[in-house]
Amino acid sequence: MKSEPLVLGIETSCDETGVGIVRGHTLLADAIASSVDEHARFGGVVPEVASRAHLEAMVPTMQRALDTAGVTLADVDAIAVTAGPGLAGALLVGVAAAKAYAVAADKPLYGVNHLAAHVAVDTLEHGPLPEPAVALLVSGGHSSLLLVDDLASGVTPLGNTIDDAAGEAFDKVARLLGLPFPGGPPIDRAAREGDPASISFPRGLTGPRDLERHRFDFSFSGLKTAVARWVEARQRAGEPVPVNDVAASFQEAVCDVLAAKAVDACRTSGVETLVIGGGVAANSRLRVVAEQRAAKYGITVRVPRPKLCTDNGAMVAALGSHLVAAGAQPSSLDLPADSAMPLTVVTG
Amino acid sequence: MLVVVLDSATPAVTAAVAAVRRDDVEILTLRVSVDARAHGELLAPAIQGVLADAGVKPGELAAVVAGLGPGPFTGLRVGLVTAAALGHSLGIPTYGVCSLDALGWGQPGTVLAATDARRKELYWAVYTDGERITGPAVDRPDEVAARAAAAGARRAVGEGAEKYELGLAADGPRYPVPEALAALAADRVRDRAPGEPLTPLYLRRPDATLPGQQRKSVLQ
Ligand SMILES: [Zn+2]
Repeated sequence: MKSEPLVLGIETSCDETGVGIVRGHTLLADAIASSVDEHARFGGVVPEVASRAHLEAMVPTMQRALDTAGVTLADVDAIAVTAGPGLAGALLVGVAAAKAYAVAADKPLYGVNHLAAHVAVDTLEHGPLPEPAVALLVSGGHSSLLLVDDLASGVTPLGNTIDDAAGEAFDKVARLLGLPFPGGPPIDRAAREGDPASISFPRGLTGPRDLERHRFDFSFSGLKTAVARWVEARQRAGEPVPVNDVAASFQEAVCDVLAAKAVDACRTSGVETLVIGGGVAANSRLRVVAEQRAAKYGITVRVPRPKLCTDNGAMVAALGSHLVAAGAQPSSLDLPADSAMPLTVVTG
Repeated sequence: MLVVVLDSATPAVTAAVAAVRRDDVEILTLRVSVDARAHGELLAPAIQGVLADAGVKPGELAAVVAGLGPGPFTGLRVGLVTAAALGHSLGIPTYGVCSLDALGWGQPGTVLAATDARRKELYWAVYTDGERITGPAVDRPDEVAARAAAAGARRAVGEGAEKYELGLAADGPRYPVPEALAALAADRVRDRAPGEPLTPLYLRRPDATLPGQQRKSVLQ
């Protein structure tokens, strides 16, 4: 029997240079070089800094992945790469590298959608994904609800943020509270010591009229402003800011909306599986709130381990492996990097 | 010895297969497309094309030679990550050449080489009989004109010298010359010198502006 395909995945859409290697649904290597520390003093990802870091990290990260997996490029059956969406200059480094590896090693190339890859990575942890499924993707760059009919051919967008990404709201609130960038982990930690019910922050786009027009969309900008106003009022009154309570109440507001809309999307679509991915999926409270709400309706929540939730090469390899198994057509060598790649396109 | 030669520091996306012999360098196959916006789409097919045209398999290559810029960053990086990945996967050394040197190479007398740095600036260097005597640097056209005159330049080469009035006749190649790229790395190829990390000649610090609104719209 022929063994499952050995697929290499390259990810450079934001600030992580990732190279992952999978065989079928089995993860063999997940090498990452992050430029996050270089962006910390700017409070957000600086595209040119990220692109420079990708160029420096590409070959060493590739070598680490090959060493970890104990394979050579000659052994690989296909090379997958994030073609979009993402930062244009950053994507281009990964796409160009993938093409060069594909030309040199004479391997088929698959340019794939980053968001679909966030969904596919769960197969490395929990096996084949029941289809259809609903996916909630939340990070510093995305906040999307998707209906996954067939990972190999297309994903239907259900909703999106209309302003800030969920992860951005964490970054901005962390900054407000004097916590480091990126804001997700320190807010999660502070929230564990705080009372999530102590302050009632707004739940964006959940009013009756909003639900008509923006049933599956998100808005975090009003929440961020509400936190800022609350903190300023405290400071003006000369009172100390209860950081842990603010963090817990803010986090609760975010998780509440994300979980409510994700579960609503599952029920509306008649779907029994919810996959959560993206950096914010690593938030400990989101998982708990989502599981509580989903359990009521018999919906199963799948969240890959935190290292697979953030951007990495393994997710690209996982989607590539799925595409190879499904007999998808490889991309041509003139594949463009598409910073605004639509969700309906899984391969470029 | 067969080498692949790349340059993406200017709108000319250049790929060639060159033979580096004991006494000379010859370009066997060449593809050049001029498109400032499509380096990422054009370069890999061009490499595959020049290899096929020359009947050369990647495994027969002895080295990769790449123009290090200076050049607009996004396009420049396409060439350098391509060169680095080719070298890595084939287990062959990579050698860098200043892309302006591949304009000034072989030019008699004292010559300014200038390419478009966008934002109304030029990447430039001055050469006397092919040897770089000033630069590389990035400056406004009036400063480039003044400093090139001070260095004794009488002529100019490169697309940048055509785009701006620098007081010098522009009469040479517009883009880095493939044969020059190969020739400038030929001794390293012949000596089987250790490969070099391909560090771009950025000459500018990164803009520390956050993607802000733009990033939101593209990522969601
Ligand atoms: Zn992502």
